[in-house]
Amino acid sequence: MTIFDRTVNRRRLLQGGAAVTAGLAAPNLLIRGAWAEEFRNNPGNAKSVKFGFNVPQTGAYADEGADELRAYQLAVKHLNGEGDGGMMNTLKPSSLKGNGVLGKKVEYVTGDTQTKSDAARASAKRMIEKDGVIMFSGGSSSGVAVAVQSLAQEMGVVFMCGLTHSNDTTGKDRKRYGFRHFFNAYMSGAALGPVLKEEMGTDRKAYHLTADYTWGWTQEESIKNTTEGLGWQTVKAVRTPLGAGDFSQYITPVLNSGADVLILNHYGKDMVNSLTQAVQFGLRDKQVNGKNFEIVVPLYSRLMAQGAGENVNGILGTTNWHWSLSDEGSQAFVKSFGQEYGFPPSQAAHTCYVQALLYANACEMAGTFYPPEVIKALEGFEFDGMGNGPTLYRAEDHQCFKKVLVVRGNDKPTNQFDLLKVVKEVPREAVTYDHTTLRRRARPLQGLSRPRRVPGRAVRSFGPAAPAGVRRTH
Amino acid sequence: MDAVVLQALNGLDKGGAYALIALGLTLIFGTLGVVNFAHGALFMLGAFCAVTMQKLLTLSQKVEDTSVTFFKAYKEVPYLEIWFGDTGAALIDFAVPLAIVLTIPVMLVVGLVMERGLIQYFYKRSHAEQILVTFGLAIVIQEIIKSAFGANPIPTPAPEAVAGSADIGAWLGVGQGLIYPYWRLIYLAFSLAIIAAVFAFLRFTTFGMVVRAGMQDRETVGLLGIDVQRRFTIVFGIAAVVAGLAGMMYTPILPPDYHMGMDFLVLSFVVVVVGGMGSLEGAVLAGFLLGILQSFASMNEVKAIIPGIDQIIVYLVAVVVLQVRPRGLFGRRGVMEG
Repeated sequence: MTIFDRTVNRRRLLQGGAAVTAGLAAPNLLIRGAWAEEFRNNPGNAKSVKFGFNVPQTGAYADEGADELRAYQLAVKHLNGEGDGGMMNTLKPSSLKGNGVLGKKVEYVTGDTQTKSDAARASAKRMIEKDGVIMFSGGSSSGVAVAVQSLAQEMGVVFMCGLTHSNDTTGKDRKRYGFRHFFNAYMSGAALGPVLKEEMGTDRKAYHLTADYTWGWTQEESIKNTTEGLGWQTVKAVRTPLGAGDFSQYITPVLNSGADVLILNHYGKDMVNSLTQAVQFGLRDKQVNGKNFEIVVPLYSRLMAQGAGENVNGILGTTNWHWSLSDEGSQAFVKSFGQEYGFPPSQAAHTCYVQALLYANACEMAGTFYPPEVIKALEGFEFDGMGNGPTLYRAEDHQCFKKVLVVRGNDKPTNQFDLLKVVKEVPREAVTYDHTTLRRRARPLQGLSRPRRVPGRAVRSFGPAAPAGVRRTH
Repeated sequence: MDAVVLQALNGLDKGGAYALIALGLTLIFGTLGVVNFAHGALFMLGAFCAVTMQKLLTLSQKVEDTSVTFFKAYKEVPYLEIWFGDTGAALIDFAVPLAIVLTIPVMLVVGLVMERGLIQYFYKRSHAEQILVTFGLAIVIQEIIKSAFGANPIPTPAPEAVAGSADIGAWLGVGQGLIYPYWRLIYLAFSLAIIAAVFAFLRFTTFGMVVRAGMQDRETVGLLGIDVQRRFTIVFGIAAVVAGLAGMMYTPILPPDYHMGMDFLVLSFVVVVVGGMGSLEGAVLAGFLLGILQSFASMNEVKAIIPGIDQIIVYLVAVVVLQVRPRGLFGRRGVMEG
C-alpha cells in the first residue's frame, strides 16, 4: 500500500491538520442555532406528543403501579381537555390550556418496571427509542428511580420520578434530567421529630429494623439523626434482608433489648409483615422503662395500611399526601379520581398525576419541548394548588419542597378508606435543608448536623452534557 | 435466658412450616421420584384457601357509603352479618380455622389433577426436566393467583380470642418478658399433629404399608399385583394437602401474597437435602433443626461475633452436613445416585 510507504513531511502534515480542524469547526459555527431545536424525539410538526409511563405492573408493587397508571391516564385526559380538569383548575400559576401540550394532543405508552432496575431501564429504553416518548415518568422504588434517572441523563429525555423516598434520588445520585415531587427520608425525619418529642418525650430508647438497601439506609440515618437530636438513645439498628417474609427472629430480640420504641424502616410487603408480626408479639401492649412501648413507621402508605389491617391503629408515620386533605387542589383531584374509579387516590397516584401536569406546564411555560428549556422552566418553579400548599421545585437538586404530613393509623375510621388520620401538616420551612447536605453517600453513617459545603461541585457533578448557554440556576 | 427460650420457640415454629413442606417434598420424591418445584406454590395455594374462605364468609352487599362526600362510594356489609348478626360476625372471625373444610378437598383435587394432568408424563425424564416443568407450573399458579387476588398481601387475622400473645413467663412462673403469640403456639402444635398423623398413616394402615414397600422396591410390589401407581398418585394428593394446610395455618403469621411459596421453596429443598433425600424422619428433624439454627443466628449476640450469619446459616449448615455425611443426616444408599 503506497499510502503508508510515502514519507510524511512536515509541511504536508500541517496542511492536513489545518484542513481537518477547519472542517470540524465549520458545522459548529454555521448551524449552532439550528441545533437548539434538534433533540431526541422532537415531535416537530406532528399533531400529537407521546409520554411514557413506566410503572410496576407485575411484582410486589403491582397494586401501587396500577394506581399510578390510573393517575397518569387521568392526567392525560385532563391535559387533553376531557373530564372535569381536576387539579388543572387549581394549579397556580398555570400555563395549561386544556388542549394538549403546546397544542399537541397527549398520547401515552406504558411499560413494566417489575420493580427491578434492569427491567425498568430496558422498558424505559424501549419507550425512548422505539415509541419516541418526549418524557417518561413513574416507578415505585428508589432503586429503580436511581437507575432510570441515569438513563434519562444519557438519552437526554426528562424523567419525572414517581414514588421514590431515598435521599439519594435527589442527593448523591441526582441527575439534571431527573425531577422528584415526592418527599424523602430526610423530610420524614424532620417532620416526625417534633411530633415524636411531643408524644413520646425526650427520654426514649429506639430499636431500628431496616430494609437493607439504599432507601432503608438513608431513612435509618435520617430518623436516627432526628431522634438522637431529641435526646433519644439508639439501642440497636438491625438490617433485614429485603423480602424477608417472616421477621419474627428479628422481632424477638427487641422484646428484651431494653428499647421502648421500635422504628420500622420497611416499605411495601416488608412493612406489612414486620408490623403485623411486631403487633402479634405483643409489642403494642408492652411496658418498658415505665413507658408504653411504641412503634413508628416513618414512611406510610394507605395501600400498605390496607395490607396490615388493624395493626396500623395508632401508629405514627409520615406521608407525602392524603386524600382527606381539605384544600381545593386535593378535593378537586379526589373528586375527579373518585368519580372515575370509585375509590380515592393513593399518595403514589397523587405524586404521579402532579408530575405529569407539572411537566406539561413547564413545556407550556418554555414554549418548546426542547429539554434544556423545559428543565429551566421546572427549576425554581414556585407553585400552589397541587395538594401540598405552596411548593418549590428547587433548582439545585430538582427536589420539591412542600408540606409533609405526619399521620397516624386511624383507630376510629368513619369509612373504609379512612385508614390514616392526619396528625400534623408540617410546614415547608421545617423540612427544608441545604442542598449540599445530602450529597454524601448513604454509608458510612455520619451525622447530618454538619453539612459539608463544596461550592461549585454540586453543579459540575450534576451530570454531563449541559448544552451551552443554559443557566443551571435562577 | 428469656431471649434464648423465645428464639427456641420461634425456631420450632419456623421449623414446623419447613418440616411440613419438606415432608411433602420427600413423600413425592420418595414415591414418584419427582423433584417437585411447584411445592411452594401448593403451600401458597393453601394460604389462599384461607383467603377464599374469608372472602366467601364476607360476601357482601353493597351499601352506599354516605360518609364519603367527594364521590359516590360503596361499603360492603357481609350477608352473614345481615342474616345472623353476632353469630355471623363470629363465623367471619373464625375464617382461618374454618378454612380447613375448604383446604383439604381443594388441595387433594389440585394434587391429583397436577399429578395426572402433568407430572405423570415426566416420570421417565431427567430430574432437570422435572425441575423445569414444575418450576414453570409454579409460575403459572402464581400468576393465576395474582390475577385473581392482586399482588398485595391480604390480611387474614387469627380469631380474636387467640390474636394476642400468651404470657408464658407467668404460666411457668419465671417472670415477665416471656411472651409469645398464641397463634404461633397453635401453629407449632398443629404442625406436630399433622406430622404425627402422616407418620401414623404410613405406619399403621395397609395403604401406608404398601406405599412404604413401594418406596423401597416399586417393581416387586408391582409384581405382587398391586397398583402402585394409583397409590402413589394418592400420596401426591396427600402431600399437596399437607403443604396446603401448612400454608393455610400460616396466614395469620404472614399475610399471604402470591409469591410467598417461593420464599419457602428454596429453604425446604435445603431441608430435604440436609435431612437426606427420601428420608421422612430426616426431613422433619432437619426442618426443626434449621428453623432453630436460623432463629439463634439472628440473635444480636451471635451476629456481633459473625455479622450476617443469620442470612447464610442454613446454607452453611447444608455445606457442613454434606461434607461430613454426603447423603444427608438420614440419607439412604442409592437414592438419587447412579
